[in-house]
Amino acid sequence: MSKITTYETAWCPGCGNFNILDCLKTALEELNKDPYEVLMVGGIGQAAKLPQYISTNSFCGLHGRALPAAVAAKIANEKLTVIVNSGEGDSYGEGGNHFLHNIRRNVDITHFVHDNQIYGLTKGQASPTSMVGMITEVQIHGNANIPLNPVLLAIAGGAGFVARAFSGRQEHLINIMKQAIEYEGYAIVDILQPCVSFNKLNTFSFYSQRVYELDSSYDCTDKTAALLKAMEFEDKIPLGILYKENKSTFHQKNIILKSGMPLIDLQYDPVILDTIMNEFI
Amino acid sequence: MGGICRIRFEGGLLTYQSREIDKSLRYLIFINYKGGIIIYNVLIGGTAGQGIETMATILQKLLKDSGYHVFAVRDVMSRVRGGHNFTLLRFGIEAIQSHSDILDGIIAFDEDTIKLHVAQLKQDGFILCDTQWKIEDSRIISLEMVSLAKQLGNIRTIGSIAIGALLKIFGLKPLHMDEVLGKYLKEQYKEVNKKALLQGYDMAVSKYEIPEHNDRDLLMISGNQALAFGAIAAGLKFYCAYPMSPSTSIMEFLASKSDKAGIVVEQAEDEIAAINMAIGASFAGAVAMTGTSGGGFCLMVEALGLSGIAEIPLVVVDVQRPGPATGLPTRTEQSDLKFVISASHGEFPRMVIAIRNHKDAFYQTMRALKLSKKYQIPIILLSDQYLADSVATIEPYDLTDMAIQEDNELLDSKEGNYLRYRITQDGISPLLIPGKTKNFVTADSDEHDERGWITEDAEVRNAMMNKRFRKWDKLKNEVQEPEFVGEDSYDTLLLGWGSTYGPIVESVNILNQDSYGKYAALIFGDIYPLPEKLLKEKVSNAKKIINIEQNATGQLADLIRERTGIVCTSNILKYDGRQISKDEIVNRIRKEVLE
Repeated sequence: MSKITTYETAWCPGCGNFNILDCLKTALEELNKDPYEVLMVGGIGQAAKLPQYISTNSFCGLHGRALPAAVAAKIANEKLTVIVNSGEGDSYGEGGNHFLHNIRRNVDITHFVHDNQIYGLTKGQASPTSMVGMITEVQIHGNANIPLNPVLLAIAGGAGFVARAFSGRQEHLINIMKQAIEYEGYAIVDILQPCVSFNKLNTFSFYSQRVYELDSSYDCTDKTAALLKAMEFEDKIPLGILYKENKSTFHQKNIILKSGMPLIDLQYDPVILDTIMNEFI
Repeated sequence: MGGICRIRFEGGLLTYQSREIDKSLRYLIFINYKGGIIIYNVLIGGTAGQGIETMATILQKLLKDSGYHVFAVRDVMSRVRGGHNFTLLRFGIEAIQSHSDILDGIIAFDEDTIKLHVAQLKQDGFILCDTQWKIEDSRIISLEMVSLAKQLGNIRTIGSIAIGALLKIFGLKPLHMDEVLGKYLKEQYKEVNKKALLQGYDMAVSKYEIPEHNDRDLLMISGNQALAFGAIAAGLKFYCAYPMSPSTSIMEFLASKSDKAGIVVEQAEDEIAAINMAIGASFAGAVAMTGTSGGGFCLMVEALGLSGIAEIPLVVVDVQRPGPATGLPTRTEQSDLKFVISASHGEFPRMVIAIRNHKDAFYQTMRALKLSKKYQIPIILLSDQYLADSVATIEPYDLTDMAIQEDNELLDSKEGNYLRYRITQDGISPLLIPGKTKNFVTADSDEHDERGWITEDAEVRNAMMNKRFRKWDKLKNEVQEPEFVGEDSYDTLLLGWGSTYGPIVESVNILNQDSYGKYAALIFGDIYPLPEKLLKEKVSNAKKIINIEQNATGQLADLIRERTGIVCTSNILKYDGRQISKDEIVNRIRKEVLE
């Protein structure tokens, strides 16, 4: 088993992120990942700081732009295990367009969205997944906008691995993380987590009372069933792999990348330059 | 509107005299241009969808294969059908650097083409058109082109008929038809077009006589093709962009070569994704580039700062078009200079290189990719629609020692002692590729310490800012001085940058033929950081400095004043979306002198 180190963080005591970081460390170790071949990518936000707190390669880019950087790094070097950790603001708000289109692109990366249904770093405004009626210093009459359903959107958009987990169910989360990392293609896991400082609605006990783990009777390859299951987010919140399908990845479809040779190791034959120049003569 | 124009040979030299009324200036101008140069200029015009572009492309290639120099520029409206489109095509026996407004011939596929351009036609020029248009002009050569095309069973062969007629008018032979038609037309249309071309040739009568010339080894290439080719030569591995005129043909060209050159070309969902993907790929070790026009660049600027602070090599191509906002999408301007030198919040070292011509487009793109890797900074290449879409014949590129080499010494780095942002004397920190060594490679958009970890420490902040700007100090020793054109003794110094290079060079040559004074020019390629040495030296010898730019505010003049205190005497500014020509520069300078 490989050894991964985690470092001191700047998160609030009691934050769900601690469990997510611990679970990620365990998942990588149990998968025996060489930390030097792992690239952790984040955007901006409390969750997006995670790459700074774990001993792997790290890329902390711009708000909302974790996905473009991550997929391109994977395109450049497919030997890297590329994992995005970012919040729901980064992933579905500022980076919403990249979320939609990277489902279509299907690069083999893993996307862990730390979804606490509120903005933490900017101290408590509504996020794309905040519940209707949530009162904040900005949404003074309560959040009027209906929350985005990321797992429903991902399944409808054509994602091949869509899961939901809860930071309070560690063993389950580790198991889901491992499967997501192992999945060939874009895998998204929406990880529910409490924000102890700002979200007084979606607390640890709010989630604990509602979540349940999908068992073997649930067929995650049935897309229609998955769409229905993904809509369940009231009294009961299902956890687990909601939908899974084998799909051709970006690399498998790309004529240059499908050979398996990392793009950065490809050398062009200098003859190609003469060939191109001759086209203009 | 017309004018008086004579061409005659004097002792082996061609003397071209014309008196014409310049409409825009309402000024009487006398042009007297002596020299052994034989260059003709024709305009091919019609509506979108008539195949004018294909015709112009075939004609260019036929002329090039016959050994002549060619320069062609398209004027296209932002629509797929209708409107008025034309190609200006100059060809001759000398290198041609730019287009010209003064026409030897008009090839008109609609009546508007004649009406709109007849004022530019020389007195002894010609208008080649179909017999259907009853226009009174002694210069009309009307041929039964439409009925011949109908007889041939394909109305679209009218272009080939016109090409044949044009070759005959210029006294050229219809050579290289099979290769050229085969290159640009589908097999089933080749024979009928060859027939059309030959019949067109037979219909016309020779009017000019051009000496034979055989510069057959020249390249004929557009600015965007040259730029993309330079990127391939540098070892480009990843190009990511969102389609935007006039930059799209870079992506198209790279895509067409991607399989053989081992390049991943990915169309992004927007320009923000495009630049962040280029940065991600570059971080992971791929030579990466993105390209757009001003509007797309607007979306990219935050990530430009990411490249700056995280010190990730990046080249962004801005093929300028007139703004603001959507502006004039298919036309040209040089109005992004001040924007790109200051784009993105905060301060970080960057470099801006303006592309001057089709030679620059290749070599400077290659150089930009190499320098951005060496200094780990963003570099912006400024081109524009005029250069991007114009086609020129130039000397072949030198293809030795092309691709960027990896620093193998760094790849051997021992485990554990690596600091991605190590403070060094010249500010350049060791750049490793993640996954290639037993070291962790980091990147952070926050201020960070030597390990790449987020920090708010004031001392570290200062150390990192200073480190990054030491790279800039070093880079300043590597900037290329502007190109000086003209004689050593001059009264008036013209200044310019980027694609006005061709028009300015040609105008200096023309101006120095007459007695209105002596002229020279400095034309900037590297423009930020601004190279100041040659500028200060050449300005000190000038009585007058005229700044020429394709924008409304004189952005280069401002930059020069800001950096050096040098104030230009006057500006020639043009911002109507059409590239300034040598003729317009000459006219505007003469007008100033006469006043």
